[in-house]
Amino acid sequence: MPDKIDLLETVELLETIAPERYELREPPAYEFTLSRREFVEVAGAGLLITVTGSVARAQRGGPSRGGGTLESRLHIAEDGAVTILTGKVEVGQGSRTELAMAAAEEMRIPLDRVRVVMADTDLVPNDGLTAGSRTTPSTVPAVRAAAAAARELLNALRQGAKGNAATYADLARSSELAAAYKQTPGGAAATPVNDWRVLGKPRYRLDGREIVTGAHHFPSDVRRPGMLYGSVLRAPSYGATLAGVDPGAAAKLPGVTAVREGNFVGCAAPTSYGARKGLEAIAATARWETRPHPSSATLFAHLKETASKPGGTRAPRVQSKGSLEEGLGQSQYRLRAEYHVPFIQHAPMEPRAAVAEWTDGRLTVWTGTQNPFGVRDQLVQAFHLTPEKVRVIVPDTGGGFGGKHTGEAAIEAARLAKEAGRPVSLRWTRAEEFTWAYFRPAGLFEIEAGVDAKGLIRAWDFTNYNAGTAGLESPYRGANVRTRFYYCESPLREGSYRGIAATANNFARECFIDELARAASADPLEFRLANLDDSRLRDVLLAASKQFNWRPRGTTDRRPGVGRGIACGTEKGSYVAACAEVELDGKTGQPRVREFVMAFECGAILNPANLRMQVEGSIIQGLGGALTEAIDFDNGQLKNGSFAKYRVPRFRDVPPFEAVLVNRPDLAPAGAGETPIIAVAPAIANAAFDATGEPSRSMPVRTKA
Amino acid sequence: MTTTFRFTVNGKARTVKTEADRPLLEVLREDLGLTGAKYGCGEGQCRSCTVLLDGKPVTSCVAPISAAAGKKVVTIEGLAKDGALHPVQEAFAAEGAIQCGYCVPGMILTTAALLERTPRPTDGQIVDALNGNLCRCCGYPRILAAVRRAAEMRGGANAGQD
Repeated sequence: MPDKIDLLETVELLETIAPERYELREPPAYEFTLSRREFVEVAGAGLLITVTGSVARAQRGGPSRGGGTLESRLHIAEDGAVTILTGKVEVGQGSRTELAMAAAEEMRIPLDRVRVVMADTDLVPNDGLTAGSRTTPSTVPAVRAAAAAARELLNALRQGAKGNAATYADLARSSELAAAYKQTPGGAAATPVNDWRVLGKPRYRLDGREIVTGAHHFPSDVRRPGMLYGSVLRAPSYGATLAGVDPGAAAKLPGVTAVREGNFVGCAAPTSYGARKGLEAIAATARWETRPHPSSATLFAHLKETASKPGGTRAPRVQSKGSLEEGLGQSQYRLRAEYHVPFIQHAPMEPRAAVAEWTDGRLTVWTGTQNPFGVRDQLVQAFHLTPEKVRVIVPDTGGGFGGKHTGEAAIEAARLAKEAGRPVSLRWTRAEEFTWAYFRPAGLFEIEAGVDAKGLIRAWDFTNYNAGTAGLESPYRGANVRTRFYYCESPLREGSYRGIAATANNFARECFIDELARAASADPLEFRLANLDDSRLRDVLLAASKQFNWRPRGTTDRRPGVGRGIACGTEKGSYVAACAEVELDGKTGQPRVREFVMAFECGAILNPANLRMQVEGSIIQGLGGALTEAIDFDNGQLKNGSFAKYRVPRFRDVPPFEAVLVNRPDLAPAGAGETPIIAVAPAIANAAFDATGEPSRSMPVRTKA
Repeated sequence: MTTTFRFTVNGKARTVKTEADRPLLEVLREDLGLTGAKYGCGEGQCRSCTVLLDGKPVTSCVAPISAAAGKKVVTIEGLAKDGALHPVQEAFAAEGAIQCGYCVPGMILTTAALLERTPRPTDGQIVDALNGNLCRCCGYPRILAAVRRAAEMRGGANAGQD
């Protein structure tokens, strides 16, 4: 009964809530390491609502139910203001506003009475990485559960109060609370969708004024007294090792502190300019040993050559059912094709940045990361500290897209600050961010399938080299299926990305589906509907094709050089379909998008304004991967590691498009930051296929001119 | 080698003694504490670092401090007057033209300069003026809506589609 998921999950979470009286004049009772002074600075005096593990640690999984660590989620100040504490970060995806809305809804208070303290490891519960579209399905329910429990508790107290007129503020100051907080509230239900007054309504970012006035301080804007600026020596190519260097070359310059420890070489100076000059002096003394390294020209052969073997430590992941042989035997049409997806870079507007400060052996780092507790742990490990000695604070950051799960800048800034004895700000250059941040994995796909005379898929054999497993399983009906994933040796550093492997898997699959439809002389939309059972996926296909005014192939006159394509997919509990019309450039033959429609469904919509921005942003960002983005490298060096050479979507690239948001108030909300992007490239590639008659089997889409 | 430079920043006279080839962006951020202008690429390709120099948008990451000598610099911090937001700032906040917000100061200053010279821009003129400004969240549709709204707020009704 999928329409009950929201409620059931919430009830389950609520059962584990055990509010605790948190007396701020006493030492902290649990592992909460903030001092009273620090907390009062953040949230003011008042009540701290503490919840148990499975609510607080909603995303981390594991056996936390019943007796998990108590962690603090919600604070009511003596003026009645509510502060929500979360380990999630805001990188532009709208989590801060969404979590504030969740608390305001359940506390029955105006949105402007809620503050959200995010990603300060001294203050907040560990909510895991901000990744995998998990804030909506995991952290929002946790916050709603805590807020609903607090509301019920306070209401119970209010009913006991004289005159029934007590406000949250009165209650927060009340001396009767100590006794009340010893009682565990009964199951406080989250507010049903029909009764929502805050959730479900469009809200833009709450701190818009700080952003438009320049008052908001991003990680790279943090300034500390006596702060220096850092610069770090990088290798000239992948795989190069440092044979010798003289950091003393920089130490001669005024105000410059230089350090070498193992492979780490860097310097700090009173200005970025000074740090660059210092680093130039050091770099001039560096001797490197380089080694041959694969190039993008040979990338896909390299992936195949290095693919994991059965039985090895990273054995291929294989899932199969039925018999491919039988399925192919039942097929009238049998096709086989190979698809390529290159490395691409996230290139968030704000590169990796950190400010590190050591005070009495304790390290504080302000940094832009999607993984605050992970970065804290990396710092603990790097500097042989205990977790209590490290505090990581993530100010709302200038973009992530899955590209900031690591703590390189934090560690580097901390090492320089340790050497200099002063705070150090380190902001990677764009060239560093392009070259040394990690990439979305490249992938090679081999697919073979068979379709019977009725246009039904009878056999599906899908092999993915290196791209990753998200979205690997086909949503299409099939009795004879084999799905394989091979680990490969990646020539470049690779990691997460918005939608990560689902984009690559869905590209290969959805393009191949169009090849099958063509072989069977079927319309691509009809072919999909005939092979899909999932009603949510069918619904978005129908919604997108209706809005796009899709006409079955062969029923309309063809315009030369113009094609129309469709694609769909499901990932992370949400559903997407897209239609594109492209026109081939008269000179280059490259497709240009003339019209684009996407339908997206992620259950009950929590914030339609933010959802629209996530979907629109995914469409436009996805145009980059679909049409222009691919990392070009040769013998260990990046050939296009700059915005001048690596073409990301700009204003002029935005085609006429429409985003249809399908609301399903009967279903639990799923995350929306990633899945929309997986339908963009295949819809465009399929439109190019329609225009040229030749399948486009690589990202970015290239047609034969 | 340092040189003394005098210029005006957000209406205030400033004197800086520094190397002549230091980027204006770094002097604003590091010496004057004005962090509203952002580093995005260091090569004038993304325009997160846009400030107004005698009213014209410049990429302060590649403009040396010497280029600002004797001139008037306006940064995002100097756009609001007496606590009242500039119409472009108001329009960006009202239209929700903000995802991560890192590109927003550059977008707003570029737009402010556009509306000074073209109070009633067509959509084509808006896109041309802002095409150099990157937004990796790809919030271009909301930004376009914000620029249209700003033009309306300033009294020049939008000329609409071109």
